[in-house]
Amino acid sequence: MGKSIRVDVEYLTRVEGHGNIVVDVRDGTLRECRLEIIESPRFFEGMLRGRSIFEAQHITSRICGICACAHSLASIQAAEEAIGFVPSEQTVKLRKFLLDIEILDSHILHIYFLVAPDLLGVKSFVPLVETHNAVVRRALRLKKTCNDVCDILVGRHVHPISCTVGGFTKLPRPGDLEKMRSLLLGMIPDLEATVDLVRGFRFPEFERETEYVALVSDDDEYPLLMGDIGSTDGVRLPKKEYRKITNEFVVPHSTAKHTRLNRDSYMVGALARLNLNFSKLHPRAKEIADLFGMNRKVTNPYLNTVAQLVECFHCLYHAVDIVEEFLKTGLNYDEEIVVGLNEKQRIPVRAGSGVGAVEAPRGTLYHHYEVDDYGRIMHANCVIPTGQNLRNIEYDMRKLVPEILDRSEEDIQLALEMLVRAYDPCISCSTHFLNVTFVGRDNPEGS
Amino acid sequence: MMKVPKVAFFDFTCCEGCQLQVTNLGEELLELLKFLDLVEFRETMSERWDGIYDIAVIEGSITTPHDVERIRRIRQRSRTLIAYGSCATIGGVNGMKNAFDLEEILQYVYGEGARFFTTLPTRPVHEVVPVEYFVHGCPVYQPEFLEVLKCALLGIPYHVPDVAVCVECKFNENVCFYERGLTCLGPITRAGCNSWCINNGNICYGCRGMVSNPNERGFLEVLERYGVRVEFLVRRMDMYNACRILKGAGKRHGEEHTR
Repeated sequence: MGKSIRVDVEYLTRVEGHGNIVVDVRDGTLRECRLEIIESPRFFEGMLRGRSIFEAQHITSRICGICACAHSLASIQAAEEAIGFVPSEQTVKLRKFLLDIEILDSHILHIYFLVAPDLLGVKSFVPLVETHNAVVRRALRLKKTCNDVCDILVGRHVHPISCTVGGFTKLPRPGDLEKMRSLLLGMIPDLEATVDLVRGFRFPEFERETEYVALVSDDDEYPLLMGDIGSTDGVRLPKKEYRKITNEFVVPHSTAKHTRLNRDSYMVGALARLNLNFSKLHPRAKEIADLFGMNRKVTNPYLNTVAQLVECFHCLYHAVDIVEEFLKTGLNYDEEIVVGLNEKQRIPVRAGSGVGAVEAPRGTLYHHYEVDDYGRIMHANCVIPTGQNLRNIEYDMRKLVPEILDRSEEDIQLALEMLVRAYDPCISCSTHFLNVTFVGRDNPEGS
Repeated sequence: MMKVPKVAFFDFTCCEGCQLQVTNLGEELLELLKFLDLVEFRETMSERWDGIYDIAVIEGSITTPHDVERIRRIRQRSRTLIAYGSCATIGGVNGMKNAFDLEEILQYVYGEGARFFTTLPTRPVHEVVPVEYFVHGCPVYQPEFLEVLKCALLGIPYHVPDVAVCVECKFNENVCFYERGLTCLGPITRAGCNSWCINNGNICYGCRGMVSNPNERGFLEVLERYGVRVEFLVRRMDMYNACRILKGAGKRHGEEHTR
């Protein structure tokens, strides 16, 4: 007679958005294993119809508070492509800088506030204020610094203001550039201390190779803002063919759509990016990767957190390089735009279709718009990283549960929660549920 | 010793960016924690609390039957409720869907999966349960949040500024966007954000809701002077303030929209 367990985690905590884990093992056989999404639907794609393409960035950044800048950047890229606007080199560089800070900020939040408590054996950062005061202070300091840099660059991190279709409505002054540089350099000691912290963590041992998907490119830069879509199984497609990657399909036991590429599921995010683009990382980031043995293909999803730490170094040094370059060359302030809703038609508009593909902290994010001659949005589609990862998480759970059945229910539950958290899921973002399994689910709104 | 108030954060239909504004306070957050006992904050905490909340901070709009039940339960257990961020105080961007046929928009976004979802017309929190304090903004402006929190902890009222964003904008010496050929909702939108967007070269989108007594004639004169159609402005306002016009519309179409 095998073991029977039932794990039912309602309102999974320390993830962004609302999700439930359900695992059902009877007599030693895994009967059911799912990650339910119970986020209230928000209808962004539907609501965008009829609005000006110049409002798209403002609205879609509100899809997610954590990766508001990534949504902005994907939205702007799609919008500009749709109306046929080509951004300047300076604008593109500043956008890359913004994305670096976004990824750095989000990864720090994830490593310290969402993952570290599990590995330090507590329920949240709150008890750590007593036991690990220096660690909590460091985390808050790092987080605040990213925020301060964003305040200077785009007005604020949560829902950036000055980064719009056409460029930037406000450009940092030389003093601002200097300030951002010193803020970033000031983060280095705290980031080095983070390495020591993470080295003390014991991540669960678990391997499951899957297909890894991320942006890829031909140049030497670690692709985050622009590129084709590539996979470790050898796929490479231009971003406008994103639907061939995300590949929605209906499974026989469910009317909800799933996604897959060459295998049952695929993974996006920091680990996928490392697996595809390791050679393009900043040298210091590579050294960090070496310390953790991450300089090879990594198939333990729990190590996504370590991949994020490696990316923190890459993004920090890459951002410093950009700001130092601007300090040398200076910015062209004639590029500062007054755009609003393009009332003065300073930016020419035409009917068209555009796709934005950006590496958000959690993985490849797509925005797709179709606009008419007046720049009115006719159709909108957003495919978010977490949606692409959900199916992969479920496959991980199906492999993991039988491997750890001898443990207590609490331990199994914790291992599963940690697995889901390792993917850093951002469920608010799931404006478009790609692969939620509704098997045996009577009440999809949750309890 | 004075009892430390139990404070909890809850998110409904929203992006959770306003909660994130709390972690963005930096080390100041630790100072704040000396004055309150943070008992629930799902985005960053696994702890649960089953007693009475002295202060419940509510982020997000009410958009599903589940939201309605949950906010009522929380209200019953809370001494003070703070509506936190535009989604909670005025419906915010979630309100835009009210301008669509809900059946149609469900179908558009979820296709054949639409039947798994139930949605109601978007409502701000105070249209479902009584609310004591309001922190407007998308996202909330941290200095204002700290001010409101102080008032809530002391049990004294907080008065939301009821003058136009233009007042703060003038103090900040920004050049008016109407002068620069654009349109801006500053003249009819509540101040309190320190004209955040305009300071950064963008227009006001009206995220804090309208002032209670806008200078209608003055604003119409402005629109006339710059040749802006009123309908154009109303459309812009619907981005955050659609719940205002459609108040009661949900009831006309039937309180509940279930499939």
